[in-house]
Amino acid sequence: MTSLFEYAPAPESRSIVDIRPSYGLFVDGEFVDGTGTPLKTVNPATEEVLSEVATGSEEDVDRAVRAARRAFVKTWGPMRPADRGKYLFRIARLLQERAREFAVLETLDNGKPIRESRDVDVPLAAAHFFYHAGWADKLEHAGLGPAPCPLGVAGQVIPWNFPLLMLAWKVAPALATGNTVVLKPAETTPLTALLFAEICQQADLPPGVVNIVTGAGETGRAVISHPDVDKVAFTGSTEVGRSIARAVAGTEKRLTLELGGKAANIVFDDAPIDQAVEGIVRGIFFNQGHVCCAGSRLLVQESVHDEVVASLQRRIGTLRVGDPMDKNTDLGAINSAEQLARIRELTAFGETEGATCWQPDGDLPDRGFWFKPTVFTDVSPAHRIARDEVFGPVLSVMTFRTPDEAVAKANNTTYGLSAGIWSEKGSRILKVTDQLRAGVVWANTFNEFDPTSPFGGYKQSGYGREGGRQGLAAYLRSDS
Amino acid sequence: MSDRLTVRKTYKLYLGGAFPRSESGRTYEVHDTRGHFLANAAWASRKDGRDAVVAARAAFGKWSGATAYNRGQVLYRVAEVMEGRAAQFTEEVAAGEGLSTAKARAAVDAAIDRWVWYAGWTDKLAAVLGSTNPVAGPYFGFSVPEPTGVVAVLAPQRSSLLGLVSVLAPVLAAGNTAVVVSSKERPLPAITLGEVLATSDVPGGVVNLLTGDAAEIGPWLAEHADVDAIDLAGAPAPLAMELERSAAGTIKRVLRAATDEPDWTADPGLSRLRPFLETKSVWHPIGV
Amino acid sequence: MTHVLDPNALADTSGGTGTLPDPFADVTRSNDAFRAFLHGLPGVDQVGAEARAKVLGTRSIKTTAKAWALDTAISMVDLTTLEGSDTPGKVRALAAKARRPDPTDPSCPAVAAVCVYGDLAGVAKEALAGTGINVAAVATAFPSGRASREVKLADVRDAVANGADEIDMVIDRGAFLTGRYLDVFEEIVAVKEACGSAHLKVILETGELVTLDAVRRASWLAMLAGGDFIKTSTGKVSPAATLPVCLVMLEAVRDFRAATGRQVGVKPAGGIRTTKDAVKHLVLINETVGADWLSPDWFRFGASSLLNDLLLQRQKLRTGHYSGPDHVSVD
Repeated sequence: MTSLFEYAPAPESRSIVDIRPSYGLFVDGEFVDGTGTPLKTVNPATEEVLSEVATGSEEDVDRAVRAARRAFVKTWGPMRPADRGKYLFRIARLLQERAREFAVLETLDNGKPIRESRDVDVPLAAAHFFYHAGWADKLEHAGLGPAPCPLGVAGQVIPWNFPLLMLAWKVAPALATGNTVVLKPAETTPLTALLFAEICQQADLPPGVVNIVTGAGETGRAVISHPDVDKVAFTGSTEVGRSIARAVAGTEKRLTLELGGKAANIVFDDAPIDQAVEGIVRGIFFNQGHVCCAGSRLLVQESVHDEVVASLQRRIGTLRVGDPMDKNTDLGAINSAEQLARIRELTAFGETEGATCWQPDGDLPDRGFWFKPTVFTDVSPAHRIARDEVFGPVLSVMTFRTPDEAVAKANNTTYGLSAGIWSEKGSRILKVTDQLRAGVVWANTFNEFDPTSPFGGYKQSGYGREGGRQGLAAYLRSDS
Repeated sequence: MSDRLTVRKTYKLYLGGAFPRSESGRTYEVHDTRGHFLANAAWASRKDGRDAVVAARAAFGKWSGATAYNRGQVLYRVAEVMEGRAAQFTEEVAAGEGLSTAKARAAVDAAIDRWVWYAGWTDKLAAVLGSTNPVAGPYFGFSVPEPTGVVAVLAPQRSSLLGLVSVLAPVLAAGNTAVVVSSKERPLPAITLGEVLATSDVPGGVVNLLTGDAAEIGPWLAEHADVDAIDLAGAPAPLAMELERSAAGTIKRVLRAATDEPDWTADPGLSRLRPFLETKSVWHPIGV
Repeated sequence: MTHVLDPNALADTSGGTGTLPDPFADVTRSNDAFRAFLHGLPGVDQVGAEARAKVLGTRSIKTTAKAWALDTAISMVDLTTLEGSDTPGKVRALAAKARRPDPTDPSCPAVAAVCVYGDLAGVAKEALAGTGINVAAVATAFPSGRASREVKLADVRDAVANGADEIDMVIDRGAFLTGRYLDVFEEIVAVKEACGSAHLKVILETGELVTLDAVRRASWLAMLAGGDFIKTSTGKVSPAATLPVCLVMLEAVRDFRAATGRQVGVKPAGGIRTTKDAVKHLVLINETVGADWLSPDWFRFGASSLLNDLLLQRQKLRTGHYSGPDHVSVD
């Protein structure tokens, strides 16, 4: 934006974290070799190989599930609930103590800006453990009957967009409710989960309570289809969610799915425009748009369309795209070459379908996977960029004239994860909130998360909730 | 006994607030447990299922948007009208399920009481299942339960009225609309219930009752993109698995069937309400 | 709803007083019209504005960027003394500091202005003669503004006569809070006229306006009335300058220029004591309104102790080791 006040590079130090040349699986409290072909995990900002990580085969998964079952039967299940809670409190504290390490490692492995991993991912992950720790000995007050019981072994498969935070969303409630866990991190972002394994060791968590089996899709399939897994929890694409629901059909396994989204962010003409613009930016460019609840469809009231788009473009012009390790970076790297290809493919559709593409000036780094913040205007609800989840920093702008039209357009999607509303009129906010078919509605804010606030989708964005009292139900059996 | 020749009832479908025959023109014979002919029931087709989904979707906005108090009163009204029809229900249940009149009457009473119980839930759900969320920031956060949408219900095969009411009433109390496939061999109380619904302020389309074969219509409902959830109560194991697999294609909420038909007189708690409720979490800043 | 980026939305051909930028000529035709206009400005969500300011506050400004920021901040300081105990001697000492903030380092820039009460403006003027450093004087019954308009205008004329280059006036917050916007407006217009060629900074006293909606409205009111700068606070009321308030005022000057073509400066005053605070403000400018405001002509810090902290940081950057309070002068 200006050449007068150029921020000098302010890189976070990488030396705070020790990345080992290779990692095994974390099974029964120890790191063990995997029997599959190891995979390499790269820094998406530089394409540098960070480490080699084991791939869990079906036997490895079986070993992990057996360890989890043993722990469920022998240690974790029979443990005094208050003690389970204390272990979780320990984990929360350890995460806080080593927050900087986790933030650096997350940014290196994922490509997200250090400011976000430092200020959002890691503190929220610790908060999830802290919150759920307190539940461990209060489950009879959770509204699930007088004596809710854990399900047993939870098989959990998580995505690459918030590797540690999604781990926390899965592991914390599972453990608090007395279940044990076999977790499969995403293939491109396994490192913070493996550092979390060290936290489990430091916390003296009994062996087998948390098992981490790295690998790709095959490993995930082995986890969810293992016959001794009682509960499957998955966060990821709707496509994979369908196949998991199919695989689980006809079994006794309980299932929760947190899948894709195509959230509408609705800006009424009486909105606080400057904050709405911030919210739009936060909605779609937070974490490079690799967010299932990203506000990827901007619905602006026609009377303020030009003003909002002009303000938005000016604001996007100030976004700092580049080295994720720089503390001043706003937009980091796309997580993988595959994801970058998908974003390119969908945005190419946008242009051929007749939408107008806008990107700010500026260069992208030569190496690594990058995509500029992108705004499509003149988008029709029929365009693919208005319907398909891009999972990248790409915003589609559409207009509406009346609240009814806004609601109809917002709900016109197969997804239903989240939505945003911007208006200074309270009764309108409540009315529209009521009409939106989405699991999270942010009014005059966007992309806020908290362990006390249940999160999850309507429609094909999945089922089940994570967080809050409601989130406990996914991991408990109850009579009521 | 009078020697008057009775006027028999034609049992039809209950669809969109009307009582049409199956679009297929098909009927099937319904017998009592000793094999005596009772009636010809409409044999619903997949297209009837499709029409029922359209009707249920159309009715969803108004039903889910009604106040919980209003929904509660409407559902209570259903129980009132059921009470007036108790004799007819008793006769149908006795014949269809092979029960003594006393036992059939007990089942009918339990069904009516179950309906009343659910009618009283409508305006409690938000308080019991919702929350205010003490988030760590200057935001007011709250979560409310909301109906899932259009629910396909495969009603129990054995318990033709109490079972049916036990699966249908919670779907309605939660604010959903329903497409119900009745017990195949014991469909008559379902249609009488339809007549009750039609005369008790339940808007047309909120409940659509199809008599026929769950195995025939179920797969179409399980795959239907505009059905949000499916209750497999009346589906036998192999069919249930197939339907659950089909339902995965559109990420439907699936309420699995128990391995054997449960004792419907047991207190159901929230077990049949939760599966058809979504939680919506709302955030708003707190500032001046 | 007023679309402030689109001046034509409010353009009126009937013209207006000479001080009004054209597109808004009509909005002060009556208090009701003015009220409708000010209340039609887009609202400010406090939580969102605070969150934005907080994120900008996390910018990491290091090495060359920090060196530039330190010198720029020093050059933007209105070195201020506004005590009942002020004397000519105190003002002369301050003036000396203003000319050469760091006597050990001639490369250290001078500050922008010395800010005093009107009766001492003459002393300051004399002490700063030939330096290019301006004399700013507070006026209009500073800090409360509770006096008749005649007294306030006399106060202004006196300060100008004593040599003030800049007048820092206070608005009538009582009138503003009771909705007598036109009274506030007319008083600023009158003060502006009394200023003659002196630049007018309009103090909104945001700590008494409380809400950010009121800050935005008061900013627009002051700009429409002809203020050359809008200033947060007198320094006598807490809270004084805060980042969210400054953010909203920067957005106001940005939108006002887009609508009218006229650029207005911003001066946070009071409560900015550390280099960190000052740098956060520079980041706020940089990412809200851009480089056009990154100069003492368009941005000032009303401060006293801030200067010493800037100097300490500057010494640290130059020498590579931490400095101490005895290495800068006590004022």
